[in-house]
Amino acid sequence: MKRGSFSRRISAILLMIVMTTLTIALSGCSSDKAGDSSKLTVGIPQDIDSLDPHYATGAGTKEVLFNVFEGLVKPDENGNLNPAVASEYTVSEDNKVYTFTLRDGIKFHDGSQVTVEDIKYSLDRNAGTDGSEPLISAFSQIESVNIVDDSHVEVVLKEADSDFLTQLTVAIIPAANTDPATKPIGTGPYKYVSSSPQENFVVTRFDDYWGEKAFIKDVTFKIEANADAVVMDLKGGSIDMYARVTSQQAAQLDDNFTLYEGTMNLVQAMYINNAEKPFDDVRVRQALCYAINPQEVMDFVSDGAGAEIGSAMFPSFTKYFMPELNDTYDTDTAKAKELLIDAGYPNGFEFTIKVPSNYPQHVDTAQVLSEELKSIGVTANIQEIEWNTWLSDVYSDRNYQATVVGVDASTLSATSLLARYVSDAGRNFVNFNSPEYDEAYKAALANSDDAEKTEYFKQCERILSEQAASVYIQDLPEFVALNKKFTGYVFYPLYVQDISKIKPAE
Amino acid sequence: MNSYKKAIHKNFKENTFFRWGCIITVLILLLVVVGLFWMPYEPTAMNAAEKLKGISLRHPMGTDNMGRDVLSRVMYGSRITLLIAAGTVAIGTVAGTIIGALTGYFGGMLDEIIMRIIDALFAFPSILLALVIVSIFGIGWIQLLLALGIAFVPSFARIVRGEVLRCRNMDYVENARLQGVSDFRMIFVHILPNIRGVLMSSILIGFNNAVLAEAGLSYLGIGSQPPYASLGKMLSDAQQYMFGNPSYVLCPGIVIVLMVLGFSFLGEGISRWK
Repeated sequence: MKRGSFSRRISAILLMIVMTTLTIALSGCSSDKAGDSSKLTVGIPQDIDSLDPHYATGAGTKEVLFNVFEGLVKPDENGNLNPAVASEYTVSEDNKVYTFTLRDGIKFHDGSQVTVEDIKYSLDRNAGTDGSEPLISAFSQIESVNIVDDSHVEVVLKEADSDFLTQLTVAIIPAANTDPATKPIGTGPYKYVSSSPQENFVVTRFDDYWGEKAFIKDVTFKIEANADAVVMDLKGGSIDMYARVTSQQAAQLDDNFTLYEGTMNLVQAMYINNAEKPFDDVRVRQALCYAINPQEVMDFVSDGAGAEIGSAMFPSFTKYFMPELNDTYDTDTAKAKELLIDAGYPNGFEFTIKVPSNYPQHVDTAQVLSEELKSIGVTANIQEIEWNTWLSDVYSDRNYQATVVGVDASTLSATSLLARYVSDAGRNFVNFNSPEYDEAYKAALANSDDAEKTEYFKQCERILSEQAASVYIQDLPEFVALNKKFTGYVFYPLYVQDISKIKPAE
Repeated sequence: MNSYKKAIHKNFKENTFFRWGCIITVLILLLVVVGLFWMPYEPTAMNAAEKLKGISLRHPMGTDNMGRDVLSRVMYGSRITLLIAAGTVAIGTVAGTIIGALTGYFGGMLDEIIMRIIDALFAFPSILLALVIVSIFGIGWIQLLLALGIAFVPSFARIVRGEVLRCRNMDYVENARLQGVSDFRMIFVHILPNIRGVLMSSILIGFNNAVLAEAGLSYLGIGSQPPYASLGKMLSDAQQYMFGNPSYVLCPGIVIVLMVLGFSFLGEGISRWK
């Protein structure tokens, strides 16, 4: 008897809980539907790996943290570096000393003033001056970071490097914050509110921001672990924006969405192991270049969208990109066959393309290439491998013949794409070996005159194209879906999502 | 021989399951056998002008996202799927029968040990086993075949063991034993033929499970390598075009359904043999 009344009470409580939750959940739904444009929910494909900007590794994390943290300089959508935490900077004649002036009155999200000590602390933390391994390998170039006076800091390099500014986008964080991993404080247009693992990352507008303030007050980054649910969530209104929807997903969206088309800023190519037979013969590599047709690849893989490339540089790097290299190898099967005969392969040959299975666009590309190569008697087998196996077998051990992937740029410098082709570079997974290239690259680094430097980098690209270091295909298209309640999405030449530029539509 | 023919004829007429099982299976086999000699298009030939087309006279099952003819790919894909299923069942039956017959016949310590191992294997999810094998030996349909084959051994071993246990003390076995027949001959010549009915229907059921398991695992991306695709792989490739171009996902799906249906009808028909 007593037991009965007890369980009845429990069920009454349970019912109450359920009802309350339902009410809250449903009211949440209705406010979403009401078209509240002061709140933006952005879908992101993976979880945030670290709230500490210096320890964040995933590109998917960095693109989100871009809104919270800033460096001494900050990239803009045109690929320029603009002063951010620093208001201006000077570079010494010998390219060894960079002097920064602290922006007047700039504040951290917790209201405290940014000081030169904070700048020194942040740079030292990355350079590993306490004897630890530098967090950013380029920072091992730093000899010392010196505080000149209350508003000036100088960065002294061990060797001259006129391109070092591109590295100084690293986040400036307060030295006083003892717990940057759980309490992120930066100077960006948005400040951190909360985050739940596998769920979301919430920020709100920072009203004391030094620059142009953000338009939308509350922004939630919602983790969309299931890529198949993206279209449904966009249509249902639980997310307002998603970057990198596929062209198939884009086709399923209705009139309520604006579709921005840009490029992913990748160098997609069939990367060839230059040390492996038969690819050690430049004529064979050139034959492959003549045999394939990038436009056809784009037609098949992304309905013709995308941007053709002819060397290891993508079009958003307008300063370095050379459209004329797209024409180095115009599809010419006869020419390709001729080159193969010259190289001693009149009957073609067989090789294997290893392609990471988690990137459908690369797998599709490999299939088109394999079909195209049949025309010159070359058989390309495709082997799908897991991403981690790709990293260890192809990237680290260089145990492969060919692979199709996209290589991105980590900074706004041409070096981030071209450094890997230097003969002894650790990242030279294609085993490209050209003394001519090494020389041009070295000359580019040593030169301080920007125009001459650019010319040397272009020389590097030309060599890559002529030597057919790899079969360069395209910069993949990227579609961003944004609810029509909002407008103003801008593409960057880097892997970032700048939310501060998005505004409510009238 | 004549009586066999008669029995089949009789069953085809009166046994509905057997009749439909035969019809559907022959249709599927026809698809595969014809595909060996002739396909409407090369299964890997791409055509940018005819991407994701619906069902038409030129392409009876439409085309896929690369403009490849789905019918040709289904013909090729069912060949791979059938091969994997047949190989899986072959591994499972041979190994399972040997293990089951020996343990069932001899019993004792050996039986205990082997059956506990089989139990452990039984409890091990086949997907997990396949993933382990694939991560060690790489992706490919041979690996898939191996993984599925191993996963199928326990069920066959158990069925055969049970049947052998049942037959072991039957009069005809006792009789043969008195005549001094060797253990080997006893198992494989005297007992096995007597359990072929049960074995036959479990082979057909096993075949179904293998087709479905292959489809499931290929759907996860382990199995056949592009540009060729088994039916399961085609399903997984097609799913993102499900709403825009339903024929691409429906056609391989229907072929899988028919394949499974045909074999399970056949199995049911055999167990209701008149």
